Amino acid sequence: MRLEYFDMIDKVESFDPANKRITARSTVPATSPVFEGHFPGHPLVPGVLLTETMAQASGYLLLGLNGLTQMPFLMMVDKARFRTFVEPNAVLDVSAELVHEGSGYAATKAKIAIAGKPICDAELRFRLMPFPADMRTLMQARIAAIGLSPEAA
Amino acid sequence: MSATFETVAGIISETCDIPREKITPQSHAIDDLGIDSLAFLDIAFAIDKAFGIKLPLEQWTQEVNEGKAPAEQYFVLENLCKRIDDLVAAKAA
Repeated sequence: MRLEYFDMIDKVESFDPANKRITARSTVPATSPVFEGHFPGHPLVPGVLLTETMAQASGYLLLGLNGLTQMPFLMMVDKARFRTFVEPNAVLDVSAELVHEGSGYAATKAKIAIAGKPICDAELRFRLMPFPADMRTLMQARIAAIGLSPEAA
Repeated sequence: MSATFETVAGIISETCDIPREKITPQSHAIDDLGIDSLAFLDIAFAIDKAFGIKLPLEQWTQEVNEGKAPAEQYFVLENLCKRIDDLVAAKAA
């Protein structure tokens, strides 16, 4: 993870198009400017960045399922729960599943665990829109870097 | 008023925090109720779940944008409810 660059997903562990599910792994860095403020002397990953991590896993799931035909943009966070603090060097198991595919939007459920222990979960919704200029290329490079093989990219 | 309208009006009232009494079958979701496109996706999600359907919002939006259909056809609530009933019937058939 590179918190300050919003690179939240290190590696896709599994992508299951049939069950519309993805799992990924990310390691919290030992140091980050984020920890200088959150909090001085007591570094914790902010809940908003855990939400972003779940959103990115969901986003990659949607990109994988739609073969990079539309870009998912986070539009709603529902029922977010943060159950345990996340400290530097933690290894996060991130998972997301599609729960509803609407017309122009999609809903997922996502969660993060550490060594099997639930850390946080949320229901997320995404607006699916045409790719802004060059973003598809950027996403293609990103999903290759994290080891995702979309259905028909 | 139809059961479909009652359900839809309840969804809109709860989702967009609009007093239920302001929502009538003749209300235009955008012009009268001030629902924006993002909020309408929220409503669509609730309608999809409540009726077990998939509102073809992208198709409707394209038709309106291309001038092939008036917005009222889809966004006046009594018309929207008719579309919902048609989708439910098509699913059951």
